[in-house]
Amino acid sequence: MDALLKLLKGNARLSNSELAVMLNCSEKEIADQISRYESEGIIKGYTSIIDEAAVDPNAVTALIELKVTPQSQSGYDEIAREIAEYEEVESVRLMSGAYDIIVSVTGSNIREISQFVSARLAAIDAVTSTATHFQLKAYKENGIAITDEQTDERGMISP
Amino acid sequence: MNTEDYDKLLNKNAVDMKPSGIRKFFDIAQQIDGVISLGVGEPDFKTPWKVRQAAIETLQKGRTCYTANAGLIELRREISKYLLNTVHTQYDPEKEILVSVGGSEAIDLAVRAIVSPGDEVLIVEPSFVCYAPIVSMMGGVPIAIETKVEDEFRLTAAELEEMITDKTKLLILPYPNNPTGAIMRREDLEQIADVLNGTDIFVISDEIYSELTYTGRHCSIVEMEGMRERTVLINGFSKSFAMTGWRLGFAACPREIMKHILKLHQYSIMSSPTTSQYAATTALRECMGDIQKMKSEYNMRRRLVTDGFNKLGLKCFEPQGAFYVFPCIRSTGLTSDEFCERLVYSKKVAVVPGTAFGKCGEGFVRVSYAYSVSHLKEALKRIGEFLEELKNENGGN
Repeated sequence: MDALLKLLKGNARLSNSELAVMLNCSEKEIADQISRYESEGIIKGYTSIIDEAAVDPNAVTALIELKVTPQSQSGYDEIAREIAEYEEVESVRLMSGAYDIIVSVTGSNIREISQFVSARLAAIDAVTSTATHFQLKAYKENGIAITDEQTDERGMISP
Repeated sequence: MNTEDYDKLLNKNAVDMKPSGIRKFFDIAQQIDGVISLGVGEPDFKTPWKVRQAAIETLQKGRTCYTANAGLIELRREISKYLLNTVHTQYDPEKEILVSVGGSEAIDLAVRAIVSPGDEVLIVEPSFVCYAPIVSMMGGVPIAIETKVEDEFRLTAAELEEMITDKTKLLILPYPNNPTGAIMRREDLEQIADVLNGTDIFVISDEIYSELTYTGRHCSIVEMEGMRERTVLINGFSKSFAMTGWRLGFAACPREIMKHILKLHQYSIMSSPTTSQYAATTALRECMGDIQKMKSEYNMRRRLVTDGFNKLGLKCFEPQGAFYVFPCIRSTGLTSDEFCERLVYSKKVAVVPGTAFGKCGEGFVRVSYAYSVSHLKEALKRIGEFLEELKNENGGN
């Protein structure tokens, strides 16, 4: 991954002028490169990493494994897209191994998620089984630690 | 025993030794809650995992005996290869390399092996805090050569020549430099070598930050004609491999000097920590790539922080080595001490007064960028607010 993408992945709020200084190029070059990444679909969007539990202690995140019967024409794609359409769904991934698709969902309580799984996901014809795993605690998200910040053991001043 | 006044009974040189200027400021910063620091002289990276794993494995196997006094021979062989690759100079791993407890021990040993009472020792300043006290402890006379921001804190041949007397025994050359971030280019070193050739002056070249050189490759004085024979080259693992707590460095010099340095090490240390030595062997064999990763990260921060200070109106020459910037704070009308004290009290940002590294550091502060980008940005923001407040205060008078 190039240096610009790496910096943006770590912190998308760095300004173009900061990025330009850090990468030793002009602001225009940064702006052009970012638009190129956007138009080529390499950068899909910019988001915040939010500690859901800090916003709402009752919020629940779940990972749901789905076993799916692939469709004759579209394989898994059509079903995955259908699932991705739901607003509650944060990510959808096709997997190798014991199940086919993994879906992550965040809701305001366990009941909400249970209902979503039974009424929406399990109701899809091609879905043959579901297994729902409720998240107990998040430690790291998109490369960013989201539990208590690590303390700097180096002390304040040293020669 | 007269316990009223120990100082009269103890070694005079030790009693007279001043505590490090950093210590005082450390005590102030320590008392204030929620300080964000730019004051640390060590990497914020963790030691590469492979290195830690190598250490764990040797512990599990119980490889915890003393090593040879000079250090594990396989480590000395790796150091020899490393020096050949980086500074293109051959050192015999059997007779010319010593593994020390950090670069600091190697500095102490080299000074003790070279300096006799009354000898003058030229110390490039601003620089790391330990040189002058060790020289004084030996009864030597530390003499500062003050470098200037106009010369980008490089030592010039003219400055060196001017300070040489018939008592000059040793030059201490600390580049890449802590605290300024200055480096010596090949052409600068050539001129220094011209001055030294034809004299019997020794050199201690403290190259602990050599791997953190951002413009071109690090060049050592030992590469210059006539310099290897008089130089003790010092380097280590602390800064390059983020291994400060492992306490491991090394010295390389001609065997005729090394045999005396080795005696001092034998009697004071015996041998450097065994676990650390195995770890360092792995570092040199397998982790040179990690240095490049850390260096490219430092380099981005270096540009960000240099630019940040210049934009704030604190003029900052572009440092090309180590992980410090050394902005000039004279425009504020404050001394270095005042600036640092007021900054830490009013904005809770700790930077180190330039004077901690020599008198000629007055008018400057040392800022470490061994911190995350978000930490650096927050600190710069607060320094900006501090400068605004100073301006308003002065405007109000």
